[in-house]
Amino acid sequence: MSDIVASDLVTLTIDGIEVSVPKGTTIIRAAESIGIAIPRFCDHPLLDPRGSCRQCLVEIPDAGNGRGFPVPQTSCTMPVAPGMVVQTAASSEKAKRAQNGIMELLLINHPLDCPICDKGGECPLQNQALLAGRGESRFDAKKRRFPKPTSINGQLLLDRERCVLCARCTRFAQEIADDPYIALVERGALQQVGRVGEGPLRSYYLGNVVQICPVGAFTAKSYRFESRPFDLVSTDTTCEHCASGCSLRVDRRHGTVRRRLAGNNPSVNEEWNCDKGRFCFVYGRGADRLTHPLIRENGSLRPASWPEALAAAAAGLSKAEKSVGVLTGGRLTTENAYAYSKFARAVLGTNSIDFRSRPFSVEETDFLAAEVAGKEVGVSYGDLENASQVVLVGIEPEDESPMILLRLIKAVRKRGLKVVLVDFINTYGSKKLKARWIQCRPGEEAKALAQVELDEKSVILVGERAALSAGTLSAVAKLSAEAGASWAWIPRRAGDFGAVQAGCLPNVLPGGRPVTQSAARVDVAAAWEVDSLPGEIGLDAAAILAAAAEGDLAALVTAGIDPRDFADSHIARAALEQAFVVSLEPRLSQAASLADVVLPVALIEEQSGSFLNWEGRQSVVNQVVKGSVPSDLRVLSALADELGSPLGLKDAAAAAAELGELGVWEGSRAALSAVGEKQPGEGLILGSWRELFDAGSGADGEESLQTESFYPTAVMNPKTAAGHGFENGDRLVVSGPRGSITVPLLVYPDIVEDVIWASFNARGLPSHGEIGVVIGEPVNVGKEEAKV
Amino acid sequence: MTDLLTPVLCENWGTEKSWKLSAYLLSGGFSAAKKALKLAPADVVGIVKDAGLRGRGGAGFPTGLKWSFVPQDNPNPKYLVVNADESEPGTCKDMPLLLASPHTLLEGIVISSYAINCHTAFVYVRGEVVHVARRLQAAVAELHEAGWLGKNIQGSGFDLDIVIHSGAGAYICGEETALLDSLEGRRGQPRLRPPFPAVAGLYASPTVINNVESISTVPSIIKNGAEWFAGMGTEKSNGFTFYSLSGHVKRPGQFEAPLGITFRQLLELSGGMRDSHELKFWTPGGSSTPILTPEHLDVPLDYEGMASVGSMLGTKAMQVFDETTSVVRTTLRWSEFYKHESCGKCTPCREGTWWLVQLLRRLEAGEGQEGDVDKLLAVTEDINGLSFCALAGGAVACVTSAVRHFRPEFELGYTTPAWESFPYERSAVFIKDRPDGQSEGGRV
Repeated sequence: MSDIVASDLVTLTIDGIEVSVPKGTTIIRAAESIGIAIPRFCDHPLLDPRGSCRQCLVEIPDAGNGRGFPVPQTSCTMPVAPGMVVQTAASSEKAKRAQNGIMELLLINHPLDCPICDKGGECPLQNQALLAGRGESRFDAKKRRFPKPTSINGQLLLDRERCVLCARCTRFAQEIADDPYIALVERGALQQVGRVGEGPLRSYYLGNVVQICPVGAFTAKSYRFESRPFDLVSTDTTCEHCASGCSLRVDRRHGTVRRRLAGNNPSVNEEWNCDKGRFCFVYGRGADRLTHPLIRENGSLRPASWPEALAAAAAGLSKAEKSVGVLTGGRLTTENAYAYSKFARAVLGTNSIDFRSRPFSVEETDFLAAEVAGKEVGVSYGDLENASQVVLVGIEPEDESPMILLRLIKAVRKRGLKVVLVDFINTYGSKKLKARWIQCRPGEEAKALAQVELDEKSVILVGERAALSAGTLSAVAKLSAEAGASWAWIPRRAGDFGAVQAGCLPNVLPGGRPVTQSAARVDVAAAWEVDSLPGEIGLDAAAILAAAAEGDLAALVTAGIDPRDFADSHIARAALEQAFVVSLEPRLSQAASLADVVLPVALIEEQSGSFLNWEGRQSVVNQVVKGSVPSDLRVLSALADELGSPLGLKDAAAAAAELGELGVWEGSRAALSAVGEKQPGEGLILGSWRELFDAGSGADGEESLQTESFYPTAVMNPKTAAGHGFENGDRLVVSGPRGSITVPLLVYPDIVEDVIWASFNARGLPSHGEIGVVIGEPVNVGKEEAKV
Repeated sequence: MTDLLTPVLCENWGTEKSWKLSAYLLSGGFSAAKKALKLAPADVVGIVKDAGLRGRGGAGFPTGLKWSFVPQDNPNPKYLVVNADESEPGTCKDMPLLLASPHTLLEGIVISSYAINCHTAFVYVRGEVVHVARRLQAAVAELHEAGWLGKNIQGSGFDLDIVIHSGAGAYICGEETALLDSLEGRRGQPRLRPPFPAVAGLYASPTVINNVESISTVPSIIKNGAEWFAGMGTEKSNGFTFYSLSGHVKRPGQFEAPLGITFRQLLELSGGMRDSHELKFWTPGGSSTPILTPEHLDVPLDYEGMASVGSMLGTKAMQVFDETTSVVRTTLRWSEFYKHESCGKCTPCREGTWWLVQLLRRLEAGEGQEGDVDKLLAVTEDINGLSFCALAGGAVACVTSAVRHFRPEFELGYTTPAWESFPYERSAVFIKDRPDGQSEGGRV
């Protein structure tokens, strides 16, 4: 509102109260701004006005031109006008009558099943019926009936007879997510929401319709009959599944989370989230949940007490002296990441720490230190909406940051934002952005990016897989600096950005301080009250694993990693087997099961802290339920105490305060040297990324999303497929040096030639790391031998 | 009597194969188009404005004025869409015209398109009348061959194509914005206005939507001049139009006469009520217009006359009912139509028609409960004026007007089935004699 100039304001009178609002505001929004609530169903501030439920009728005795409307008008569609006089039900009998009438009509075909409806108690229809309805219905005839409920996808159930046909869901599907799989079908009172289109319902977003449905027509299978709204206790927090940073409202009952809703955060996720963020919250409820420490004895893990386990861990780490590496994955809050960073340096005395449990490059290590750590991100969600163009390099927003995709769809739809896609494939998700596609093979992104004309209002979004395309990250930094454009690095996981800022990298300390600069080390050493900090750049994740596998590194401390994710899962497993491993995990993961000492830690929902999303925006993680085990930070503190050099971090708040006080490094840093391109290999090149619904353990326990809509595939250009003698639907064996996966082929025109996209980390199949290839490398592909 | 008639549009209907271009040309066809193509487009609009032609689809909006709303500086193409989705119960004027003389409409389209700078015109034909759509398509093909459509029509430099599009059978698609949605390939449901079609209509481009009869009238205006047209009819309702009589009259059919003629005159033209029966009630313009009674026989049938007695001229479709007819039954049949045709978009129409039908059904069956008539009126009040488009207004007009004129008959529905008070076979128009000597008809 602050940047609205007075001349853009329109002054009108609502119920005798004068109000000034920006030109173009609808009456219903203007009324809200002065606390007058007009009942509504189809109206939603983030959806296009529709005016179909007619609940928000108001009387307009003067439209601003001295003349009034003879009949009540819908306040959700009518823009304000200077001098307009509006009377809502509060001051007009006519408006009140109209609203009462509409309410009565809405209820004639609505079943009286509120006592068994999930929405009962938080239902706009229920609430507004009490507000604007008559006590008793005059309707004594037959209600419209439908069989109930029908299933829309793995999660969504539709009770058609509860539907008031407001079309919020179908407008969400069309306008917000551009997943037009549901639409209103049939007519008259038999009009209903129906499934439209052929093929699988492939949407990451449709869970939102449960939340915006103003009645109980859409319900989620996982929450159906689970709770009454008034039995729930809500906590505002932040989603842990990716770096979008969505606000959440998490509802618990009897100490168990029952559902999660998108939080209202206009500057981040608006009022939406993705189905992973909404539905995937039961991963900590499996049999693999750890409640007590484990110690390896005679080759197998056995339960142990905390003192015993801490002593064993400390003994192993002491014995290793400084031959230790620390691997942290993406699940950590910034505070926990900071604890690991401090633990590695101040307690273990090593810079060998890396959060990247994925394929990466040395170029990326330098890039993160030079351009990301301790620096402001020049881009926000709002900037995406106002950019002159957005260039996507090596990122598939729908999979890698679903909220970025929604923002881009909004900007494309509302103001015709130009999107440029620099990639080897133009997916269904990218097509929602009507992007100009600059084709390149994996590895040629830097060259292709040079073709894009950038200006000062351009924004480049670069994804984590750009690390594997030599020269791309440095090209992003260089080209945008030359043009004055902005860019943002979009990491995949919620804790990634915080880990960079906390110094979970071998070459930077917290706040982007280079480990090689003594002034930077002195800063941190003083704050940490230690004599000195190691001054050599440590080993990165790949080097840590390689060294440990070779026996050159004696011990590892790991948190939130999975061997499947690394460039070579076999080396990762060998490292975990070879070294003395202390694993801090909430669950007995694959990494934990290979460890020597396993220390259980709290789930995200059991602790407080914060995440930094891709914008660098801090978003609060609040404790939702009480757990029985401490957070990573508390366990590390205990371990540090055991090792005789206390960590000095009482809790997450203390860690946040210490990190905040340290501030960011303003001294010089190593300049990012330009990296030359690498010629992609010959033959079929693998291109891929981590999909939203893959084998990631964050979705464990939520089978509903593992539907046939998201089956693993290989994708090839028709010409490439024909060249190899493959046809659509053929089962292909995609193999690397260490293994293979067998997946059906989808022949798709919008992928460059001689590239195969294959599911990277599909449930039930070996991951890329287990096959032993990373993107940009050649793979062998053949047809599956017919089974005899 | 017959000098009351002004056969203009129907003048050539009796000629041999009147629907053929050759026949149409013989009866002076396309002379108006030739004349118009030599005028400036703005002048054509001016003539139609001066003539005072008002939309014949029911609303009576001045046609020339509508054309002048098209923003000519808009870079998008301009479209003319002819509404041939004639579906109103009782209305049967456009289909006979299109069957008998499709070229009258097509000539009108050529002139009107030229006037608004449109190069692609559409005729949206009601889905159920395949024969009409075929006749139109054949006529369009004839015009292409004759150089009256396509590039550079008759050497004038003006290009025009006409697309004949069949609907899928929905009354709501007669509503102009629902028609546009349907024409674009979506479900036909009315659109939010603004933007108005004149600014952003078909494919978000400036669009004029006119009724078949309005556009078909244009050639005669161009040919004979605005004064000729304005000389007919009444002060504010100029010209001539089709009146369609159906029901309990001796000779139902189309009567082309000046606006302002009375129903009494039309009834005489049609030979009067069937023998030994008398008029009970009638609709002036299809079932969406409030019904009238014998007391309104002498009210001028023009926009103002009908408004003065609380009704509307509508499509000038007189459904005529004699004293054998149950007004409850008639109202129920109409309400069932509206319930079936409600598109479902807005609450009052969707839910209200559902309720009205159930109330009327039990009144028809004599199972009404004390207070049902008041409830019926209360429901119409919750619908009337509160709906998204005009369909619901039509749906309640027949109910409220029928109760206004015949309330006791509705109240009879608390005790007596309508078929007992008004044996349905008595109002059957076509009586079939059965072998047993009895005759049957009526109640279906």
